[in-house]
Order: sequence, then C-alpha cells, then structure tokens
Amino acid sequence: MDVPSDQPQSAGTTQRPAKMVAKDVDAFFGRTQALKKVSLEVATNRVLAIIGPSGCGKSTFLRCLNRMHEVASGTMKGRITLDEEDITSIDEVNLRRRVGMVFQKPNPFPTMSIFDNVAAGLRFNGHHNHKHLAEVVERCLRQAALWDEVKDSLNKSGMSISGGQQQRLCIARTLAVSPEVVLMDEPASALDPLSTAKIEELIYELKQNYTIAIVTHNMQQAARVSDMTAFFYLGELIEIGETKRIFTTPEKRQTEDYITGRFG
Amino acid sequence: MKKDEKVYFYWRKAKNNAMILFSLACVLLALVPLILIFSYTLLQGISSLNIDFFIQMPKPVGESGGGMANALVGTGILLGIGGLIGLPVSIMAGIYLAEYGDNPFAATVRFLADVLSGIPSIVVGVVAYVLVVLPMKHFSALAGGVALAILMIPTVTRTTEEMIRLVPHSFREAGLAIGIPRWKTTLRIILPTALKGITTGILLAIARAAGETAPLLFTALGNRFWSTAIDQPIASLTVFIYDYSKSAFEDWIRQAWGAAFVLIALIFVLSVIFRIVTRSRYAEH
Repeated sequence: MDVPSDQPQSAGTTQRPAKMVAKDVDAFFGRTQALKKVSLEVATNRVLAIIGPSGCGKSTFLRCLNRMHEVASGTMKGRITLDEEDITSIDEVNLRRRVGMVFQKPNPFPTMSIFDNVAAGLRFNGHHNHKHLAEVVERCLRQAALWDEVKDSLNKSGMSISGGQQQRLCIARTLAVSPEVVLMDEPASALDPLSTAKIEELIYELKQNYTIAIVTHNMQQAARVSDMTAFFYLGELIEIGETKRIFTTPEKRQTEDYITGRFG
Repeated sequence: MKKDEKVYFYWRKAKNNAMILFSLACVLLALVPLILIFSYTLLQGISSLNIDFFIQMPKPVGESGGGMANALVGTGILLGIGGLIGLPVSIMAGIYLAEYGDNPFAATVRFLADVLSGIPSIVVGVVAYVLVVLPMKHFSALAGGVALAILMIPTVTRTTEEMIRLVPHSFREAGLAIGIPRWKTTLRIILPTALKGITTGILLAIARAAGETAPLLFTALGNRFWSTAIDQPIASLTVFIYDYSKSAFEDWIRQAWGAAFVLIALIFVLSVIFRIVTRSRYAEH
C-alpha cells in the first residue's frame, strides 16, 4: 500500500453531503476565548485535516465536535450538528459513541489486555456475549491493521506493545463502538516515521467507512491523508478548501506563510 | 593551584564531609530506638514464643503456660470489622474527592479528613463508646471495629484521592471518548489503575489500626475467654499486652513481651507485603 497522494480522491469532495456542520462556534476556557466564530463542514466519508500553529484552537475545535471540551470545563457558543441534529441535544455519552476520538499520546487502558482494551467500549455498555465480542475485536484490529501483529498475544497487557502499535490499538478501541465520525488529535506526533506511515495508510483505509477529522502539526501529513484542509490561526478559521488547492494556491496570505514555513 | 585556591578547596571539602557525617550520625541516632525496641522485645519475648503461645487459651490466674489464641483471632476480627465498615466508606469518599471534588464542600471534607487523622486515638475510642457501647449497653467487638474504622477512614480516604489523582487524565478521556459513562469510567478504568497505590494505603491503615490499644480499652474491652461473637467483648493483642504487662506475675509479663514481638512482626510482615505490592507497580511499565 502506498500513501495515496496520487489517487483520484479529491474529485467531487465539495459535493459530498456534510456529516457535521459547525456554525459560528465560539469556545471558552474560563475567560479565555479559544475559538472565534468558526464555521465549517466535515464531509461524509472524507478526511478533513486541521492545521495551524500551537495554541490556534484546532484541538479545541476537534474536542467541541464530540463535546470532550466539557471534560476540561470548556464552554461553547454557536451550533454544531451531526446529521443535522444539534449535538447539544444528543446525550454526551451517545454522542461520543457516534463521534469517537483518538488522542495524541497512545493511551491504552493499563490494567487491561489487548483484547479487553478493544472490547471495553462494548463490554461497559452491556455487551457480554463472548463470541460477539471476539468477532468485533478481530474486525476492529484488522481495520486498524494490527491484527496480524497481535493475534497471538491478545491476552498480553495493552501496554506491552510498541507505541505505534498502542496507537493502532487505540484506533481499534475507538472503532469497536461503531462510530460514524472519528476525530484524531495529532495521532502520529508521538510516533516514529514508520509507525506514522502506518497510521496514515490506515486513515486512508478508514475513510471508506468513516468520516474523519484529524488535527496535525505535520503539513506533509495533512497533504498526504486529507481531502479537505482547514487552517486555523489565533482561534479563527482562516481558510478551508480542498487540500490540493490549499497547498498549491492558498487564497490567504497567512495560510501561505504558514504552509511555506515562514511562521508557526 | 595557588595557595588561596588550595585553602578554599580543602575548606570546601571539609564542609562537605562534615555535612555527610552529621546526616549519617542523625540517621544512626534515629535507628537506635527502632533497633532497641525490636531486639529488646525479641530478647524478652522469645522464651514465651512457641506453638502453644499461638494456639492455646490464656491459663487461669496463677497457672503458668497458656497462650493468646483468642487475642490473635480477636485482633483479626476487629481489623475485619474495621475494614468492612471503614474501607468502602473511605474508598467511595476518596473517589468523590478526586473525581467530583472541585467545590468548597469537598475542600472542607478534605480539611476535616486531615484534622480527623490527627485526632488522638483515645478520643476516637470515646466516640465509639458513645455511638455503639452506650446504645448496646455493653462492650463489643462491633464497637472496637467501629473505633478502628473511624481511625482508618481519614488516611484511606486521602490516599485513595491522591492515587486516583495520579492516574493520567488521558485514561479518563479515553474512557469517555468511546462512550463509557462517567461513573463506569471511574469504577472500571480509573479505580483499577489506581488500585495498587490504594492497596498500599489500606495496608498502612490496617497496620496502624492493628497497633492501637487506647480506642479498644472501652469499646472491645478485652476478653479472657474464647469469643468470636461481634456483640460480645473480644480480646486483642494490644489489650492483651496492656493487661499482662501491668500484672504481678512474671509469666504474664513474659507473655506480654511475646505478644508485643508478635505484633511488631505482624506489622513488619504487612509492611513487607506493601513493599512488594508497590514494587510490582513500577515493574509493570
């Protein structure tokens, strides 16, 4: 599998129906405003990359999409919808089952085996049929391209595998509850180049079935994996468009400066 | 080196060595009582340490021999009751303080727990006396257990809180992000991760409770006979030591030394267990 930058993936991106729509989103932590009037769409079965310098609000925006910002007692104004339903009217537990999240640092549950890590989301929500769980675990580990590496050690601790494998385990764990959208917050920034390449391949595979939004510091990564790219700066959305266009002919000066490395 | 530099060099070296010697002397000084207690107790008690001492009942006054089986079992029962009452309360309280404790009420509870852990244990005994002994109208193992539970609660609560706080936030987020409800994330993911640290706190609290005499004097009272009933007075190692050590019989005083040694050994064993438990926590990662 090659990293598919030359595949005909960007055609018709804008015609895809929007899975999630953000309209005039402001976000606050205490008195600090982290996001200012952000409006954008995440297209179904497409990959949206969010780029920008540190502290520009990109992670905050990602967290608003499944209300994880509330865990850090953040507040939000404006409106975000999932399939045209306001996410504040969806119970946050149900919302997070539909909109899963993978974090920057691999965080498998340390007291659980590889199998139990993947099964956790289902098991703690009342699914105990072992045959069914085993099927889901295998399917998700295959989807996360980890099955062949761990199929003989499913009972080993989730912490016993390498960092890159742990991150794919976390992706499998997220997939196990059958989300519609997968949010990734710099999923490869703590990994070596080989593991990073694997995660990127994986993202390309996953968009067949899932809608993906990924925050990344790595511009090449954004260019490789995404269909659409959004550039954030100081809490504002500066520009959004097809990835190819953003990286070749950005409309805004700030975007150009950032992607050419003049600042950030 | 010039002469000035040389003087400075040796002066600095001398100060450094003086510091090391001084701290070493203090360490040895601090160890002296510990070694004295341990060796003297062993020396005085070793003659009464035999199988009979562990499995026999106390002999009637005037007869020599006999053991402290009832006190050994009694201490076990008292610790059991104390743990059964105290541990669930303190673990849940610790969870509350760590997970939902971002408010003035929790800050107050935290402060009061710290105060409670500093209250003399005899006062805790009086409280248990009023709460349990007076309504029941007689001394009982239950009252002793309640007193020990009150002693355990503040330390275990605070340890539980601290250990849960040490669990990285990312595990909490990981649980929430796959749609596990908050309470289940706490009980099934956070608590197991913190369990080893909490176990350490529990063992320390139990070791401390095992050595308490004052709160048992007017709650569990002590018992010369075999009793495992929780509504009756019950023997314990510490009260056994207290009673025997102030008696006039040489044999009893010797047995008090023996029991004291057993108690120290018991706490020692608990500490070793807690060492092993904490070590495996770091070995895991």
